[in-house]
Amino acid sequence: MKTFEYTITDPVGIHARPAGILVKKVKEFASTVTIAKGEKSVNALKLMALMGLGIKQGDKITVTVEGDDEEKAAAEIEAFLKANL
Amino acid sequence: MISIQGKGVSNGVAMGPLYFYQRASSTISRTTVSDTAAEWDRFKAAQAKAIEQLGELADKAREEAGDEAALLFETHQMMAEDLDYEESIQGAINDEHLNAEAAVSDTAEQFAGMFASMDDPYMQARSADVKDVSSRIIGILTGAAQGGIDSPVPVILAADDLAPSETVQLDKSKILGFITEGGSGSSHTAILARTMGIPAIIGVGNHIKAEYAGREVIIDGSNGNVIVDADEATRRMLVAKMEEQKKAREMLERLKGLPNTTKDGISMKVFCNIGSPDDVLPVLQNDAGGIGLFRSEFLYLNCDDYPTEDYQFQAYKKVLADMEGREVVIRTLDIGADKQIGYFNLPVEENPAMGNRALRICLNRPEIFRTQLRALYRASAFGKLSIMFPMVTSVWEVREAKKMCERVKDELRSEGVSFSDDVRVGIMIETPAAAVISDRLAKEVDFFSCGTNDLTQYTLACDRQNADLGRFFNPHHTAVLRLLKMVCDNAHKNGIWVGICGELGADLSLTETFLSIGIDELSVSPRAVLPLRQKIRETNVAQVREKIIQALMSDEQPD
Repeated sequence: MKTFEYTITDPVGIHARPAGILVKKVKEFASTVTIAKGEKSVNALKLMALMGLGIKQGDKITVTVEGDDEEKAAAEIEAFLKANL
Repeated sequence: MISIQGKGVSNGVAMGPLYFYQRASSTISRTTVSDTAAEWDRFKAAQAKAIEQLGELADKAREEAGDEAALLFETHQMMAEDLDYEESIQGAINDEHLNAEAAVSDTAEQFAGMFASMDDPYMQARSADVKDVSSRIIGILTGAAQGGIDSPVPVILAADDLAPSETVQLDKSKILGFITEGGSGSSHTAILARTMGIPAIIGVGNHIKAEYAGREVIIDGSNGNVIVDADEATRRMLVAKMEEQKKAREMLERLKGLPNTTKDGISMKVFCNIGSPDDVLPVLQNDAGGIGLFRSEFLYLNCDDYPTEDYQFQAYKKVLADMEGREVVIRTLDIGADKQIGYFNLPVEENPAMGNRALRICLNRPEIFRTQLRALYRASAFGKLSIMFPMVTSVWEVREAKKMCERVKDELRSEGVSFSDDVRVGIMIETPAAAVISDRLAKEVDFFSCGTNDLTQYTLACDRQNADLGRFFNPHHTAVLRLLKMVCDNAHKNGIWVGICGELGADLSLTETFLSIGIDELSVSPRAVLPLRQKIRETNVAQVREKIIQALMSDEQPD
């Protein structure tokens, strides 16, 4: 299992479009990806649940990746977050 | 005459009969089903069909309004196959034995409710997206016809609010403008209206009454006015505004996509000056070739403290991405003189125009400079970036600034952060010193851009803020034009390009002069792009060059 933290810098936060692209990205991997904000956590394949977290600029999220390709998935998802969110 | 005040979210004036959007009936029947497996199959088939339709809409939107609009429908596709959404529908069918229509409708209410209850207005607006996707699926299940406009003539379309799929499916040739009762500036109707160049007014509430249907309305997107049955004077005024707008649009139609090339084949790049990422749309609408000056000051002016690297990165990245590979020249921080910022704590100066400003501040306070350069290089991975330093007077300043760029690139490299290798570095020529040593400066950089407002002020020793100096402040002064010619000659000898990003660039009485002395790029406000293109296309440089240069260099030409 791989876990990392990321602080959102995008002024609008995880809104619909980036959430959509994020789900697409997560789909590329076999691993299960969970995104948590505070107490609440959701499966990163679930677009609307992800949007429902209401993640805003400055929020710290914890990303957990578990599965066969977790190394690669965690690295690529982290890079994706840095570039887009 | 009835005057209603709304909020204009897309500019322009339009006049026509008022028409209320006819929505397909949304009443659905609730029944109990026994064969839940078959009902689930019905849903899956409708869902697949909806996803297919949304794909077609995405293609259509991409054609009409670009990638941004298309992504919206792609997001809708993902909502339609969202796991929780599906699961909830499956639960309603299997456990409550509901028919698929009712199951989708209940689930839509539940998810829309979740978004509506969030404390973020952006997320609240997303409840419309869920409803939109759901009514599409329900429409497919019930076989209901999509709503539309049933009118032989083009209309001003009024609705409570329009869902994105509704706006894109409308027959555009039938719509002159939009009025919505609700909505927000970030609603899809507003965004699509802007990209399509149709006026839109939102938030008129219940003031727009059903009895107005079919009557003549005039809407003015620039101020949010809706006028029903205008009186003669108002009508004349707005019709004149419409005519002006029509002329501008005709010019666009005529000149869009054409090169900025003179009759004898000399090309000029026509770019735009912008002050914030929100200004990109008019740049694209006016068919400019790139951005010749993005003033980065707004990032600093909008903040109460030094803007962070990430904050700046997002802004630069947005502009670069939105410009889709066209060149974007971003000028590094240019404050001081007439632009003061409290948290910089700059000491009050007797003569700020000649004081601690622009590149001077950056070189004296490298931490501020470093943050901006890091943000710029990080953003360079997302488009075609050129960096430009303002207020240069000496070669050593440029070398020091370039050294800073190299240091930042080394840092990013060692951190494994990606950036583009193809970033040009240029300088503003806005001091007489820079113009006079432009032969030396040209060996240090990839391009020059002349800031004619400051160049005039410094060359003529005329404070540009002082209105009393009117007739002395003359940007057409031979001294200024000779300096520009000198800069062009030195640049071309060294194989680099020269632009003008000051107000003079849009002065059509000088276009022939600029072409004659060899200016390669003019960066102007978006509305000046097409008049300039027209002027360039009418010019034959070979016919005027000799006369213009001779007059400029003659010892007889009056100042």
